[in-house]
Amino acid sequence: MIMNKIRIPHFKNTNQAETVDIPLPEKVKIPMCQHLGMNCEPLVKVGDLVKVGQKIGDTDAFMSTPLHSSVSGKVVEIVDYLPANGRPCKAVVIETDGLQEVCESVKPPEISDRESFIKAVKESGCCGMGGAGFPTHIKLNFDKEKTPIDSLVINGAECEPYITSDYRELIENTDDVYEGVKLVMKYLEIPNAYICIEDNKPEAIKKLTEICKNDENIHIVKLKSSYPQGAEKVIVFSALGKIIKEGELPSSVGAMVMNCTTAGFINRYTKTGMPLVSKRITVDGDIVRTPCNVRVPVGMAVSEVLKFADCNVEIADKLLAGGPMMGMCLYDVDTPVCKTNNALLAFKKNEKQNVMTNCIRCGRCMDACPLNLMPTLLEKAYDTKDVDSLKKLKVNLCMNCGSCSYVCPAKRNLAEKNQLAKALLPRK
Amino acid sequence: MSKLTVSPSPHIKSEMTTANVMTHVIIGLFPMIIAGVLIFGGSALMLMGLSVAMCLLWEKLFCVITKKKDTTDDLSAVVTGILLSFNVPATLPLWMMVIGTFVAIVITKMLFGGLGQNFANPAIVGRIVLTLSFAEAMTTFVEPFYYRSTDVVTQATPLATGKASYKDLLFGNISGCLGEVCALAILIGGVYLLCMRIITWHIPLAYIGTVGIFSLLAGKDPVYQILSGGLLLGAFFMATDYVTSPTTKIGKLIFGVGCGIITCVIRFYASSAEGVSYAILLMNIITPYIDMATRKKPLGAKEG
Repeated sequence: MIMNKIRIPHFKNTNQAETVDIPLPEKVKIPMCQHLGMNCEPLVKVGDLVKVGQKIGDTDAFMSTPLHSSVSGKVVEIVDYLPANGRPCKAVVIETDGLQEVCESVKPPEISDRESFIKAVKESGCCGMGGAGFPTHIKLNFDKEKTPIDSLVINGAECEPYITSDYRELIENTDDVYEGVKLVMKYLEIPNAYICIEDNKPEAIKKLTEICKNDENIHIVKLKSSYPQGAEKVIVFSALGKIIKEGELPSSVGAMVMNCTTAGFINRYTKTGMPLVSKRITVDGDIVRTPCNVRVPVGMAVSEVLKFADCNVEIADKLLAGGPMMGMCLYDVDTPVCKTNNALLAFKKNEKQNVMTNCIRCGRCMDACPLNLMPTLLEKAYDTKDVDSLKKLKVNLCMNCGSCSYVCPAKRNLAEKNQLAKALLPRK
Repeated sequence: MSKLTVSPSPHIKSEMTTANVMTHVIIGLFPMIIAGVLIFGGSALMLMGLSVAMCLLWEKLFCVITKKKDTTDDLSAVVTGILLSFNVPATLPLWMMVIGTFVAIVITKMLFGGLGQNFANPAIVGRIVLTLSFAEAMTTFVEPFYYRSTDVVTQATPLATGKASYKDLLFGNISGCLGEVCALAILIGGVYLLCMRIITWHIPLAYIGTVGIFSLLAGKDPVYQILSGGLLLGAFFMATDYVTSPTTKIGKLIFGVGCGIITCVIRFYASSAEGVSYAILLMNIITPYIDMATRKKPLGAKEG
């Protein structure tokens, strides 16, 4: 059995760009929901003084992670905020004082067993850094009896064009990634780890292979550079040869997938106790004159990050959080950078307009879909609101990787239609 | 501040467009255009040019009259025009060619909703209608290079006579339709399409392979059967039409085998000397059923 993948351009312009710290902004705006799950409530009020690493948002809801201040300064405003994903929340605006005083609560956590480890990860505000932002502590808190996990799959594929932030993590923080993997394996009693890296990152493969040479249980998996190699279902198949069934989690095949930067962060947190308040992001795109990797405090406006990379925001037509295949368009240049951001791309208007024609039934979309879906039939079923066919053709499996839309010569918006079609399915 | 564009992902698309696909097919057809003009002279060029021009004109007119967006820039009409002209003899009266293009573009393609919506290959239907309507003109073949001699001699095709050397079949030193005679030119064009990944090997191989095996079993010369008539042109350029052939690889194999069997049955046991166009048309018609029967199973899907 094989899983379809496609070839897309890499555009890894920044893979040699060492991470630099961005100058502190005057103001940060920290959204109270940067993860997948429930919104946090602000723990501070206007006029409060906050320090770096201080918890400023939390909730009792199960599916959530706490939020921390990325700067020291004064809370000047608490506003209603509408992120690009359309789920409104509050946002805490903090004026920086430039001192970057670290909060007293920031100290290495005491970890002795599985429970304290998971608690520490929860307090760190860690969520999946591959982009989806799934709260990490929930992922770690799997049921050992019902769904035993024997394989930790570390995702260092970074198959999206442009983005190199995970690559820089692997290169610059090789130790952290390695130690982080060991920590997760130790406290969660996962016997094997598979660090998966695409073969267009030979340097990273070399470094990881070197550091893991004495660990028989940590395997370095060299993946072919193709898209969407880093998607959860695809990487589990590539690393372990197992197929995750419809509606199931990776734990159903004994696997846990974790982004390499998440693993690196977990190790740093256990050492320093500094929660997730800054993020390495790749800044690139055709109007970014100095493509780079920068470490950005959470809450900094993307317009300032772009200016740092010599980008004229005035001529920007499209701003993307994430890569060009699955990234999300930002509607506002003052959108704050979030925990889950790994790239910020800016593009000018594309003069070349793609003409959409009728479907010519070439079948390229079907040969592209990693899950063997039939996008052209799904499109027809969606257009006629044929819910029965949509169910039969399993539109619910679509992970919106965009491969079908990418390869379509008729330039039809197949992936988009799939997402719209999912809304027609009856809710369970 | 300019307004930001917000659109769903993906934000990059491949370079391949419908017009690009058609351009590749046109490039693939070029060896046959050259061979056809060399073998049958100016009248061949005239027919090809007229066919293309009329196909474009019909499509444009149809779009104007039905107040639809002009679709001629997808270049599919050019492909149909060239292919249709490849299916007629060099001496076909021009007005008949015009009727053929009308049937192909207006009746077979545009009335069904334009590109991608037609159930049968427009060029194939055009050829069949011309053959049935003007049987004599469509089966009067002049000898190759007739334009160099003073008196025009008509000839039956090698498929009917069974007498031609492999070399003549390969280089097109035979009588026949404009685009069908030179096997070498077709193979060059076919290999180009395969290399450019415009078509896959499934349909041509299944089709040609089936004809080869069937011929052997029926006691005919397989190489002769493969090189003569419209088989190669049909297998590489007409049966592989995306719109009217199955989309899955298994479906394509079934389609090719079906075409091969029908072609041989007609050639060997029916009154018509050639069966390629009927075979492809019949398989076009059952393509939706092949598609339905060969649907892919989504990975990890649960029943229900």
